[in-house]
Amino acid sequence: MDAGSPSPSPDDAHRQEAPDTARGLVRVTPEWLRGEGESSDVVLSSRVRLARNIASFPFSHEADRAARAEILSRVHAAVGAVGLPSGGGRVGLTAPLWIDLVDATKLERQLLVERLAVSRQLAKGRYGRDGGGTDEPRGVALSLPGERAGVLVNEEDHLRIQSVRSGLALNEALKEADAIDDAMESKLDFAYSPRFGYLTACPTNVGTGARFGVMLHLPGLRITGEVEKVRRAAADISLAVRGFHGEGSETLGDLYQLSNQTTLGKSESVLLGELADDILPNVIGYERRARQQLLENRRPFLEDLVYRALGVLLHARLLTAEEAMQQLSLLRLGCDLAIIGDSAQRPGLRRAVHELFLTCQPAHLQQSIGEVLGQDKRREVRATMVRDCLSPILGGG
Amino acid sequence: MLCDDCGEREATIHEVVIRNGQRSEKHLCEHCAQSSGLGSKSQTGGTTSGLVQGLVLGGPARPKPRQPICPVCDMTYARFRETELLGCPGCYKAFEPQLTPLLGRTHEGGTHHVGKVPKRALALSRQEGSLQTESVLGDAETRSARIAHLRHLLDQALRAEHYEQAARLRDQIGSLEAGDPDAS
Repeated sequence: MDAGSPSPSPDDAHRQEAPDTARGLVRVTPEWLRGEGESSDVVLSSRVRLARNIASFPFSHEADRAARAEILSRVHAAVGAVGLPSGGGRVGLTAPLWIDLVDATKLERQLLVERLAVSRQLAKGRYGRDGGGTDEPRGVALSLPGERAGVLVNEEDHLRIQSVRSGLALNEALKEADAIDDAMESKLDFAYSPRFGYLTACPTNVGTGARFGVMLHLPGLRITGEVEKVRRAAADISLAVRGFHGEGSETLGDLYQLSNQTTLGKSESVLLGELADDILPNVIGYERRARQQLLENRRPFLEDLVYRALGVLLHARLLTAEEAMQQLSLLRLGCDLAIIGDSAQRPGLRRAVHELFLTCQPAHLQQSIGEVLGQDKRREVRATMVRDCLSPILGGG
Repeated sequence: MLCDDCGEREATIHEVVIRNGQRSEKHLCEHCAQSSGLGSKSQTGGTTSGLVQGLVLGGPARPKPRQPICPVCDMTYARFRETELLGCPGCYKAFEPQLTPLLGRTHEGGTHHVGKVPKRALALSRQEGSLQTESVLGDAETRSARIAHLRHLLDQALRAEHYEQAARLRDQIGSLEAGDPDAS
């Protein structure tokens, strides 16, 4: 994507020529960053992931290279035969973008991690503490446009089927993941036992093999120091609150992932209901109340935070990805609370913030300008890109 | 912590071995410790230097105690405890007695699957008769354990006044009792 050009609408993005390589994805905004849908002021996206394994093989970390190659080949053939649901208003199944991660460059692999299309573990090809490496057979199939659906191959489990939706839409995401699962099962024998359900490498995923997750934007609770409240409420019903890249990762841009930990003994619909009906309305309520209280009781303080963020984004000459994310988070908050810009500017500004969440990440930055850069140069290019993107919308600079 | 060798009983004897500067730990139950010469009886009867020698040098060679092993992939239960990853789908059967309490602790008491069933596998099993269907849906014991757990969750949800969750669980129990395999 050219950061200096006016931001395309999601429909424009969908009309763009479909990328045929991992690096081509840099031009388009993924579904999870469209910033639309139910409760999208707080819920950035909803994701369902199903862990599956092929019955006749050892789990990925115990399989040798020949077995991993065979698994990759079978899943590639199956996904090629059944296709993946298409997005962007198109109906039916389409041939997915298939990315063989052995052939991908380091930058392309990092790009996929930044887009949350693959996990860090799959990008590195790591199995257990010491096993594996980047030349281990593994890959990913992504639906186009928008990368709403994906099948990750030879991660901790042979297949991780995932479906993502903008905003709060766990039911839709489950429906899609379920359909892909059925289609893949028509071609592959999945490891399953009536007692334990879908058998997975780690017993923490066994049973449904299903993880329901939402990416939440919680700047209000972070500013009022109440994120802990969410963590406690979630832990009470066995949900986990994690950082931007999941387990063990840091929080970036006030974005948190909330997901179920239990997978055995409760069906998909019960697990989904616990998250969508029992916990999320509370979390969304907490965040909205925190924002409202800031507006009513500490408006000058809140405006100062938002305008300082805008000042940094419009005028900084060097920006780290972490700082850019943090300031963009405040800008998003400023848009949603109508503190910044006018009603004509805000939709474009919000879209730009979502795009910049991604394009300011190291691999996206380097891929979009087609050059590998050192850290210092990246900070300079990032600051320029952010200025060039926001100035035309807000008339600053 | 469960015994590294049998994987069934609680470990009460903890051995630290330092060999060539490398430290390794072993956690055994009373029974396995005694059969491997490390039990409390042998310790109390030995001299301090003998005990220290046993701990530091690992003592004389001992016959390897029997421990659960997966007949499909040769994964041992002790190795699973170390890596937290099973070797193959067959490990679930091989380690079923050891895994059951562990799964219960991890999954809020859940030890039996409730939810989706592979559609093609179920359709094929139905063509082959009721015995084959059990291989996908489970026998009567599995099905009743599944419902018993859901009833327990329902009680919990009602006590916590989580009425929406209780309604979902009640629906699911109804579906399972009516013979709907999926109930998701």
